[in-house]
Amino acid sequence: MKGLSKDRLWSIAVLTPSIILIAVFVYGFIARSVYVSMTDWGNDPAQALALNPIIRWVGFTNYQDLFTGFLQGRFRQELVSTIFFTLFFILGCLGLGLGLALILDRNPRGEGLWRTIFLFPMSLSFIVTGTIWRWMLQPEGGVNQAPTLFGGQSGTFAWLSSTDAILKFDWNKLPLLTASVVGLVLVVMAVRAARSGDRTRTLVAGACAALLFLWALFIGPNVKLLPAPELHGFNLALIGIIIAAVWQMSGYTMALYLAGLRGIPEELREAAKVDGANDLGMYQHVIFPLLAPITLSAMIVLGHISLKIFDLVYAMAGPDNIATSVPALNMYLTSFRQNQFALGAAIGTILLILVAFVIVPYLASQFRTEEGHA
Amino acid sequence: MTTTAPANAAPTATPRRPLKPGRILMYALLILAALFFLVPVYLLLATALKSPDAINLATTWHWPAALNWASFSDAWAKIGGNVLNSLFLAVTATLLSALLGSLNGYALSKWKFRGANTMFALMLFGMFIPYQAILIPLFQFIKSLGLYGSIWGLVLAHVVYGIPITTLIFRNFYADVPDALIEAATIDGAGFWQIYGRVIFPISIPGFVVVIIWQFTQVWNEFLFAATLTNTTSQPVTYALSQLAGGQAVSWNLPMAGAILAALPTLLVYILLGRYFVRGLLAGSVKG
Repeated sequence: MKGLSKDRLWSIAVLTPSIILIAVFVYGFIARSVYVSMTDWGNDPAQALALNPIIRWVGFTNYQDLFTGFLQGRFRQELVSTIFFTLFFILGCLGLGLGLALILDRNPRGEGLWRTIFLFPMSLSFIVTGTIWRWMLQPEGGVNQAPTLFGGQSGTFAWLSSTDAILKFDWNKLPLLTASVVGLVLVVMAVRAARSGDRTRTLVAGACAALLFLWALFIGPNVKLLPAPELHGFNLALIGIIIAAVWQMSGYTMALYLAGLRGIPEELREAAKVDGANDLGMYQHVIFPLLAPITLSAMIVLGHISLKIFDLVYAMAGPDNIATSVPALNMYLTSFRQNQFALGAAIGTILLILVAFVIVPYLASQFRTEEGHA
Repeated sequence: MTTTAPANAAPTATPRRPLKPGRILMYALLILAALFFLVPVYLLLATALKSPDAINLATTWHWPAALNWASFSDAWAKIGGNVLNSLFLAVTATLLSALLGSLNGYALSKWKFRGANTMFALMLFGMFIPYQAILIPLFQFIKSLGLYGSIWGLVLAHVVYGIPITTLIFRNFYADVPDALIEAATIDGAGFWQIYGRVIFPISIPGFVVVIIWQFTQVWNEFLFAATLTNTTSQPVTYALSQLAGGQAVSWNLPMAGAILAALPTLLVYILLGRYFVRGLLAGSVKG
């Protein structure tokens, strides 16, 4: 079409308010949050809500405090919790969602009804879900009483209040662990690059991996973040919250997978059958590879939901239950109950960085392919 | 969504055939899964309908001997005002952000300019950010506007942070409208607004339905803004419910009845208009 016509100007004029709003409310506010996180606003309670608080620039002190400070053990446990939560929540949703979609794809009778049943929790808020499951998981109620319906003994698991943890590790080993994991990933990347014959990539990835392993071998073991060992692991009290979250969100993965399965042309299945593939082979070689992009996009959407989840935890276990707390909840309490705005902003910024790791590559790849097609 | 169903239905699902073991296993799994999804609903209803003195952890699973409908009026007395707040908030914010999204989607898909995709990607990022990362400046901003504690501050927040998703849904919806239609209208001398008013808007109803359902559900269910930007007179129902359920002294029939009241509007929307709900859900996963 033509250059800058009147219509074109109108379209820009229509978009302008939204662009300004997003620029201010998203990017401006993020910048402001990052700035606040580098001040001491609220670290002195007397200054927090003062009309003209004295706010000093303190650089990365708040971040340093969160990762190594004596008082911030709760935050470090939350960071570990949120990683475990995300992992099990995504696995649960993908597994259950894929299973249900595969069954529904075989056209049981009353498919619409089954779909309605599996999807309805999606329409509820996490607060409603949390309220219901809080009641289900009372120490001597709901789920623990269920075995008595069949003449069994009532369960004794302390669903939301257990203080046991598994898979514990010393926080001091975190740099070491991180270096090892990243090193292993780099090795895998190097091997894959070598196989596809990309020499520079192989060399770069290999060299980086070697450097990391050297560091892990000689310097890493002596790095101490904290004066004393501090154990963090997967708190068992989180299991109940993960079950409730899977209950709410697995319908979403089911809907995604079902849409994907229905999008696979019938000819492809026919062709696989003609080639002599049995049911298992067809799923393994034809259907699952075609569902891979759906798995990726589901992982990204679920991942960002789970990293910022806090209303479910708030409603199920209460705000003050340290065993189940997550950084997003801590941010709310730190900022709006204790008025420690700078520390809260730092937690918010860390959350943003975690989510950005998941989202930015995804958005970038989505739009790169789109511009390519255009 | 079910267009290909008849094709693969033919071999196995013909009626009056003896059930094969595979089919029996399939139905068994479906029933098991349905139990997982429905048992919480049973307990919710059973507890909401019990009178407070009949609620006892040992008899959690029993259906109440006498139905106590008073739980609902008691719960309404506590959170009814918040339900009305939520209703006003959700309707206002939804309509405003749907209108904005429709105009944005139209401009972005039919009057493409250089860098439009990059700009759109930057806009979409706003859909994924954890709101904890903007909460403090947002709180300050709403306060400085004098909107803290009023429902309008919440409306503003929901409209702004709704822009990415509503724009995304409408942009994808309008992408399916043939460009030839626009070109024909241009040749007839129609401009930007005439094309929107006479061509685009009239065919946008399904898009509006998807966006309105999606936004209504999101705004109704939201908690973080509700907890930080409002005070006791303007709190939406999610916050009120969390306070109702969090208290220790309250007997459980009340939060359960409250949960039903808080869930009913979005649940009805889902049951009546499920197809559009799912479409919004799928759009949320950024299928470009």
